[in-house]
Amino acid sequence: MTGQPLLSIRGLQAWYGRAHILTGVDLAVERGEVVALMGRNGAGKTTTMKAIMGLLDRRAGSVAFDGREVSALPPHRVARLGLGYVPEDRRVFTDLTVEENLEVGRQPPRDGAPHWTPERLYALFPNLAEMRGRRGGRMSGGEQQMLTLARTLMGNPSLLLLDEPSEGLAPRIVQQMADALRALKAEGLSILVSEQNLAFAAAVADRASVIEMGQIRFEGPMRSLLEDEAVRRAYLAV
Amino acid sequence: MSFYLVQFLSGLATAATLFLVSSGLTIVFGVTRIVNFAHGSFYMLGAYLGWTLVERWGTTPLGFWGAVAAASLAVGLLGALMEIGLLRRLYRSPELFQLLATFGVVLVVQDAASWIWGSEDLLGRRAPGLRGSVDILDQPFPLYDLVLIGLGPLVLGLLWLLFNRTRWGTLVRAATQDRDMASALGVDPARLFTGVLFLGSALAGLGGALQVPREAVNLHMDMAIVVEAFVVVVVGGMGSLTGAFVASLLIGQLQAFGILVFPQITLVLVFLFMAVVLVIRPYGLLGRAEDAPPTAASPGPPLVAAAGAARWAPALLLALLAAVPLVAGDYALIVLTEVVILALLAASLHLLIGLGGLVSFGHAAYFGLGAYGAALLVKHLAAPMPLALAAAPLVAGLGALATGWFCVRRSGLYFAMLTLAFAQIVWSVTFQWYGVTGGDNGILGVWPPDWAAGKAAYYWLTLALAGGALLLLRRAAFAPFGYALRAGRDSALRAESVGIDVRRHQWLSFALAGSAAGLAGGLYAFAKGSVFPTLMAVPVSVDALVMVLMGGIQTLSGPVVGAALFHLLETEAMSRTDWWRLVLGTIILVLVLAFPKGVAGFVRDLWTRGRDA
Repeated sequence: MTGQPLLSIRGLQAWYGRAHILTGVDLAVERGEVVALMGRNGAGKTTTMKAIMGLLDRRAGSVAFDGREVSALPPHRVARLGLGYVPEDRRVFTDLTVEENLEVGRQPPRDGAPHWTPERLYALFPNLAEMRGRRGGRMSGGEQQMLTLARTLMGNPSLLLLDEPSEGLAPRIVQQMADALRALKAEGLSILVSEQNLAFAAAVADRASVIEMGQIRFEGPMRSLLEDEAVRRAYLAV
Repeated sequence: MSFYLVQFLSGLATAATLFLVSSGLTIVFGVTRIVNFAHGSFYMLGAYLGWTLVERWGTTPLGFWGAVAAASLAVGLLGALMEIGLLRRLYRSPELFQLLATFGVVLVVQDAASWIWGSEDLLGRRAPGLRGSVDILDQPFPLYDLVLIGLGPLVLGLLWLLFNRTRWGTLVRAATQDRDMASALGVDPARLFTGVLFLGSALAGLGGALQVPREAVNLHMDMAIVVEAFVVVVVGGMGSLTGAFVASLLIGQLQAFGILVFPQITLVLVFLFMAVVLVIRPYGLLGRAEDAPPTAASPGPPLVAAAGAARWAPALLLALLAAVPLVAGDYALIVLTEVVILALLAASLHLLIGLGGLVSFGHAAYFGLGAYGAALLVKHLAAPMPLALAAAPLVAGLGALATGWFCVRRSGLYFAMLTLAFAQIVWSVTFQWYGVTGGDNGILGVWPPDWAAGKAAYYWLTLALAGGALLLLRRAAFAPFGYALRAGRDSALRAESVGIDVRRHQWLSFALAGSAAGLAGGLYAFAKGSVFPTLMAVPVSVDALVMVLMGGIQTLSGPVVGAALFHLLETEAMSRTDWWRLVLGTIILVLVLAFPKGVAGFVRDLWTRGRDA
C-alpha cells in the first residue's frame, strides 16, 4: 500500500467542441474516503466526471488512478481498472431487463475491492429484487437510479464516480440512496460524488471540493465547508 | 390445388434466402446504424466462394456443407476486416459517409470478383444427397428447397438465442442502445462491432453460398439482393429480426404468386408493397419509433453566404466555363456538358440532403421523368426542343409533388426507402410499358435542332439553363424558404414550435429538387440523343448520392465539385482501364478516409482555419 491517493487529478482541462469547460481541476480521493464535488449547475461537475472516464473528445492534464496514468485510455480500459461511473442522467438500457442491465456491468472480481453478485445487490436494493425481469424502460426514476448504481457495482470498482445521485428523486428515495452510499463506504469503497444538495453531501461525505467556472475554489473537510458560510454563499448559493 | 401448394413452398424457399441475407443486414444496421450497401457484395462473394469450394469438395454431403460453411465464415472474416479497416474510422463521421464508404467497397468487390472468377455465369454443382425432388400432392418439389425452408426458422431461433441468452448478445443489445454508457461499464464497443460485422456478413455469405445449387452465380447478384434485403428490413422494421422474418415470408409469397396474378407488374410489386406498408405503418411491421435512424443532418457550421472576393467566385467560374469552347475540342465539350448537367442533378439532390436533411435513394426518378418527358413530347407530338425542355422540369416537378407528398411523411431511412420505392415503380413502368416508352429499347432520335446541334452551342445552352437553375437553387438556400428548411432539418420540433410548417417546406423542396433534376434530365436527353430506362434506375440514384457526398453536404459548392470530380474520374478511369470500378471504388475509399467531411468541406475548413490563424 503506497501513500499516494487512490485518485489524483492534476490540471485537468476539458472541452465540449470549442467550449473550454474545465480550465484546470486538481482533485484527490484517498482510499476509503468519500469526497463530495460541490458546485452550481454548469460549474463543471459532470464534465469532470466524464473527463476522468475518458468520455469527452478532448481533454488535457493528468488523471492518475491507483498510481497509474489513465488520461490517455479509452473509457472501457478506464472502467476495467476499477473506476465505476454512475452518470447523472441514469441511462439504464431501457430494452434490457434488470438482470440484463446488471450483466452488462459485470466484470471479474478485483483485489482490494468488494466483490458484488446480483444476489448481494438485490439484498442492498430490495426494490430491484422484485423486478428482475422488468425492462429498464418500465421503471420509475428512483428505481432506475438504483439500477444504474447497482449496474456499476457489478464491475467491482474500487472507486465510484457518482454524478448527482440525488437529483430529481423523491426525499424518501434520496434517504435510501444516502443509506446505500454509507453501506458502500462501510464495505471499503472510495467514492467521488458530485452534488448540489448540501444536506445530502453532508450526510455521506468526509471531504468536499467546490468547483466553479471549471476550477476548484475550495477544498477541505466537509465540516469546514459547513462552517464556512462565505464559501457556501460564493459558490453554492443559487 | 397442388400447383398452388408447390408455388407456396417455393415462395417459402425464396423467403428463407431473403431472411438469411436481410437478418444480417438488420443486425448490422441495428448495432452500427450503418446502411451497409456492401452487404449485397458479401452475399455475392459468398456465392462465388461457395461455388469454388463446392466444385472442389462438394462430391459428398459433408464436403458440400463444409464448403457452404467455409464460404460463410470466410465472408464473415471479410466483414470483420471491413469493420476494422474502414467503418471503425468512420463511426464519428456523418452517417452518409459510412454509406458512401460501403458503396466504395461495392465497386471494389465487383471488380475483384470479376477479376478472380470472370464475367461468365457460373453454374454450380447440386447438393449431394438432395439432387432429387419429392412429390407433394403429385407435384415434384426440389428436395434442396425443402431444406432451405427449414433453415429459415432454424437461423431465426439461433439468432434469438444468441441475442437473448448469451452475454455477448446482451452486450451487443446494450451497446446498440448506448455505446458510451456500455464502454463506461468496461465493454469494448469496437470489438463488439467487429463481431457484429462478422456475424452479419457471415449470414450474407451463407445466403449466397446456399444459392450455388439453385441458380447461376454472376456479377449482378450484389445489387439485386441488397435492394431486396433493404425492402425486407424496412418492411419488417429496422433492427427487428422477427420483423425481417415476417417480411421475408410475405415478400417470398408475393413473388411466388404475384407472377401468376399480375405478370405485367412483377418488377414493381415488391416496391408497391413496401410503399403501402410504409404509408400504413411508419416504422415497418414490427419496428419502433426509436429505432428510426437519425436524419442526414450533420453537426457542421451553418451555411454562410460568401462575402468579399469569394462572392464573385460563381460568376468567375461561369465566365471561365463559358470561354472553354474557344480552346477545347468536341470530346472535351461533350464531357463538360455532362459535368454541368450532373452538377445540376447533384445540386438538386443536395437541396434535399444538405438543407432538408432528407436522404433520397431514388432521385434518378425525377432525372428520368424529365428526360422521358422531353423525349416523349419529341417522339409523339414532334414538339420543338424549347417546348420539350420546358416540359422536362414540369413533368418531373409534378411527379415529385405527387410522390413527395407520401415521402415527406416519413423520415430517415424510411424516407429514403419510400423514394427508392417510387423510383423503382417509375422505372418499371417505363421498362414494361413498351407501347409508349419503347421499353428497354428506349427512345431514339431526340436531337437538338440545327441552331443548337453544334457541341459548343449545346454546351452554352446547357451552361445557361443549368447555371441559371443552380443560381436559383442557391438563392433558395439563402431565402427564408432555405432557412425554414434548415431549421426543420436541425430540429423539427423547435421549428414547428416557432410556426414553421416543416412538412410543407420539405414537400415543396422535394418538388423543387425534382423539377431541377427534371431539367437536368431533359438536357441530358438532348445531349445524348436518346433516353433509356437506365436513366432512372438505382445506379443513377446512387451516383448522384455519391457525387453529393464526395463533395460534402455542408457546403453549397460541394455537390458541384463532387459531380465534376466523380464524372471526370469515372470517364477517365473508364477510358483507361476495364477495371474502372476498382479504381473508382479505391478513390472513394481513400477520399472517405482522408476527407471525412467531403472535399469541399475539407477545403473550406482549410480556408477558415487559415483565416482564424
